[in-house]
Amino acid sequence: MSPREIFALRDHLGAELTGRTVSDAHDVVSLTDILSHTVLGGRLRELSGRSVLLKLSDQLRSGLAMIELDGIARRMLLCPPDLNPAHLEALIADAAIDAVVTDEPDRWANSGVSLVVTAQLPLEATAPAKSERATEWLMLTSGTSGVPKIAGHTLEALTGAIVAEGPARGPAPVWATFYDIRRYGGLQIFLRAILSGGSMVLSDPHEALGDHVARLKARGVSHISGTPSHWRKLLMSGSATQFAPRYVRLSGEIADQAVLDGLKAAFPNSSVGHAYASTEAGVGFAVNDGLEGFPADYLGNRNGVEMKVVDGSLRIRSTRTAHAYIGRNAAALTDDDGFVDSGDIVELRGERYYFVGRRGGIINIGGLKVHPEEIEAVINRHPDVRMSRAKSRKSPITGGIVVADVILADGADPARAKEIRDQILDRCRAQLASHKVPAVIRFVEALDVTPAGKLARTDA
Amino acid sequence: MSVRSKVIEAIQQIAKEQHVTLPALSDDLSLHETGFDSLAFAILVARLEDDTGVDPFTISEDAAFPATVGDFVRAYENVPA
Repeated sequence: MSPREIFALRDHLGAELTGRTVSDAHDVVSLTDILSHTVLGGRLRELSGRSVLLKLSDQLRSGLAMIELDGIARRMLLCPPDLNPAHLEALIADAAIDAVVTDEPDRWANSGVSLVVTAQLPLEATAPAKSERATEWLMLTSGTSGVPKIAGHTLEALTGAIVAEGPARGPAPVWATFYDIRRYGGLQIFLRAILSGGSMVLSDPHEALGDHVARLKARGVSHISGTPSHWRKLLMSGSATQFAPRYVRLSGEIADQAVLDGLKAAFPNSSVGHAYASTEAGVGFAVNDGLEGFPADYLGNRNGVEMKVVDGSLRIRSTRTAHAYIGRNAAALTDDDGFVDSGDIVELRGERYYFVGRRGGIINIGGLKVHPEEIEAVINRHPDVRMSRAKSRKSPITGGIVVADVILADGADPARAKEIRDQILDRCRAQLASHKVPAVIRFVEALDVTPAGKLARTDA
Repeated sequence: MSVRSKVIEAIQQIAKEQHVTLPALSDDLSLHETGFDSLAFAILVARLEDDTGVDPFTISEDAAFPATVGDFVRAYENVPA
């Protein structure tokens, strides 16, 4: 039996494309000669065949360590910045971690993890390494309140959608994302930058939005992705002017028509698309016709991605899904037929499916199930609204009622608040069942967004 | 604005939104006769809580829901400040 050809991240980084960089708010690292440099102090050999916890305080060193470790380590577990430290012990046990790459080696001195490797900048020169194995990529699911689940991927699965799309036309893209690259949505963009022969501009959680956008412009970002919440924040900030990316991508939350239209208006020369992906289900599809939802004929088998709807929830089977949850008591990731149940509820209207919410996010209003997202979608279509959040509130009469917090768009006159409220309620009454119409609408200055870039839904 | 007029104004506003035609609001009009359904009352109680800071029906364990408009108004008037 001949061994399968191993294709790791380093094998996408030839020196023939010059001028490639990966940068954050502080440093710029050249990708052109990255293969003869090390962020691991030259200790990559020690990590060969190990199960490595990647626990770094910044994305730049994390990304550089991923490039080095892929094809060498047995597996690597990516820790997003908001990981609760109390969950580390369980994750280390579940992933059978026996090495850690960190920028805080002192913290790991007495941890019981036998091998601690420090990641550091500037890079040091080293001999290029050769890929040895298909490294397993372990990613943590977001949105759960307990210990996050570990989803196991391969580079092949993670890059399936990117390879299927083929190379980008025109000059090599400069990618950026509002996500952290240690989460699925952000990692997709980092991998796109690597595979496309382009560059990558990383986000920084401590940077003001205006400064971030100035950096995106200065680095010539041409392709950029974020959640609808990220994008609404950008549209609200007024920082979007003079930023002219070629491609604007949304994922991670429902892209409603209001945010798609808002982005098209803010970036008239960009193509605006939304993608459906999750840590478990991988990249399902991209929608580039400017409309919310997706065409009904996406169901069935399309480019190797099979989708069906069971009990209202989208199920996906493809080579891009995670292959398993990892750990001692890990649940099955797929149903008996190999489909991942996304928990995303869709509804067929005409020739299109629309996302109405998360199965776990349903609020109960007087015994009736309500998806807050479908209410927000109606509210967000009001031209004076930028963003909204619907939630339940206890009621002594019906048990629960819907209330909505609304952020007005720039330039909406606060003196018109009452009139806008009445208009929003009129629209809701015209388009929603009566129990879904908010009983109370509050105008607020801000809405919480989680570290994963999603609207915080603490009551869901 | 007195508590009474706040309550009456909220009832009228919700009646308008819900397309309910209210009869004349006298104290002895039964709440049933207002034409409000439970959802409309839930909205009324939530808005009044935001406006006045109190929800007399949640505070008191044994409060029976009022039977008439007068009882309803008094539930708000009688909340200790």
